[in-house]
Amino acid sequence: MSAPAKANYGWTREQMAQRVAADIQDGAYVNLGIGIPELVAQYVPAGREVIFQTENGLLGMGPAPMAGKEDPELINAGKKAVTAIAGASYFHHADSFVMIRGGHIDICVLGAMQVSAKGDLANWSTGEPDAIPAVGGAMDLVAGVKKVFVITEHATKSGEPKIVEQCTYPLTGKAVVDRVYTNLAIIDITPEGPVVMELAPGVTFDHVQKRTGTNLSLRTNS
Amino acid sequence: MIDKRAVSAAAAVADVHDGATIMISGFGEAGSPIELIHALVDCGAKNLTVVSNNTGSGRVGLAALIANRQVAKMICSYPRSANSMVFPELYRKGEIKLELVPQGTLAERIRAGGAGIPAFYTATSVGTVLANGKESRTFGERDYVMEHGLIADFALVKAEKADRHGNLIYNKTARNFGPIMCTAAKVAIVQVKEIVEAGELDPEEIVTPGIFVNRLVIVAKPAQESQLVKEDRSYP
Repeated sequence: MSAPAKANYGWTREQMAQRVAADIQDGAYVNLGIGIPELVAQYVPAGREVIFQTENGLLGMGPAPMAGKEDPELINAGKKAVTAIAGASYFHHADSFVMIRGGHIDICVLGAMQVSAKGDLANWSTGEPDAIPAVGGAMDLVAGVKKVFVITEHATKSGEPKIVEQCTYPLTGKAVVDRVYTNLAIIDITPEGPVVMELAPGVTFDHVQKRTGTNLSLRTNS
Repeated sequence: MIDKRAVSAAAAVADVHDGATIMISGFGEAGSPIELIHALVDCGAKNLTVVSNNTGSGRVGLAALIANRQVAKMICSYPRSANSMVFPELYRKGEIKLELVPQGTLAERIRAGGAGIPAFYTATSVGTVLANGKESRTFGERDYVMEHGLIADFALVKAEKADRHGNLIYNKTARNFGPIMCTAAKVAIVQVKEIVEAGELDPEEIVTPGIFVNRLVIVAKPAQESQLVKEDRSYP
């Protein structure tokens, strides 16, 4: 048996999304960020009804339409064509952000550039002087949604840790992240710091710790 | 008799003056009133402050208005997106100002403006650079930042259908900022595909009551921004 290629170590993006979906309870109202988080919608376990909100004004977002059936006036927050499920509703932006800022959405799943040991999130700007700053709804989501899940590769393409002691990029919110799903592990942000709750198959705690910029602890089975 | 129909898009925007603040509906191309924006390009009013979620794509619609150097400042949440090049280019050269606002705060500032509320507190952006320089206050255990309501001289909005009173219904996620922008502008100018007789819209289904609408323009077959961009069209 040959060792798996390094790039394929741990969970794939699809498996990460599947793992997030497994933690979403029946009846939850959920907002998915753009990118990897969008994959989560495909993996809702059978028998659970989960309602996806997209902040541009749709509760009850369904999958992408068949080719040729796209409607430019039925899109998601990533400006991609979507469908509306039976029982969906449309609304204007103030109502949409009443759902988000008023604490009516149960879970949001977001991407990250960095997450700190205290749950600070940086996911909107590199802070570089020539970058065009663009924030969208990220700051509203982390401030208002009941639980904030992050789904991200454990390290950057160049191998820098994304889970760090202190974020160096501009923050999206302070102490807002509840749980991080990476290709290597599932990590809860607790008052005692980040705790590894689950390791991807074949991944050791030491392997995860070496690729993390802050001290982790391992959940002890009680 | 109340009849809010304007004879043309050009007539509807003819009194937009230099230095005006304009709210423009749309989330990307969905709900963007491209024909009204093009009429504003023709009208030529300059030094505008534009409140809109994005900055347009290609060289049509809002991007054309910016490319024509009519916009001094954008107030928006997401000024770059696929195919947006006009705004980033001018911004990097320091030739257009940007006030970046979180999307929910932008929506609430517009809603507050329309409701006569000058300012409010929100938890959004607390602890981030977007809260720098803003008043903050603690309520209970939590910190909040103060944000101001937004009002405009004009709103350019796209809806689906109206009656002559200005009652409006929208289409799917093209509704986005339209209803709140109509409330926050002194003059709300709305393009619709169709204007029907009063009484034909079910009062239970009206989204924007006519009191918030001043002028209506029929654009039976509105252009699709992404299609124009694909064809590499520009305006004028």
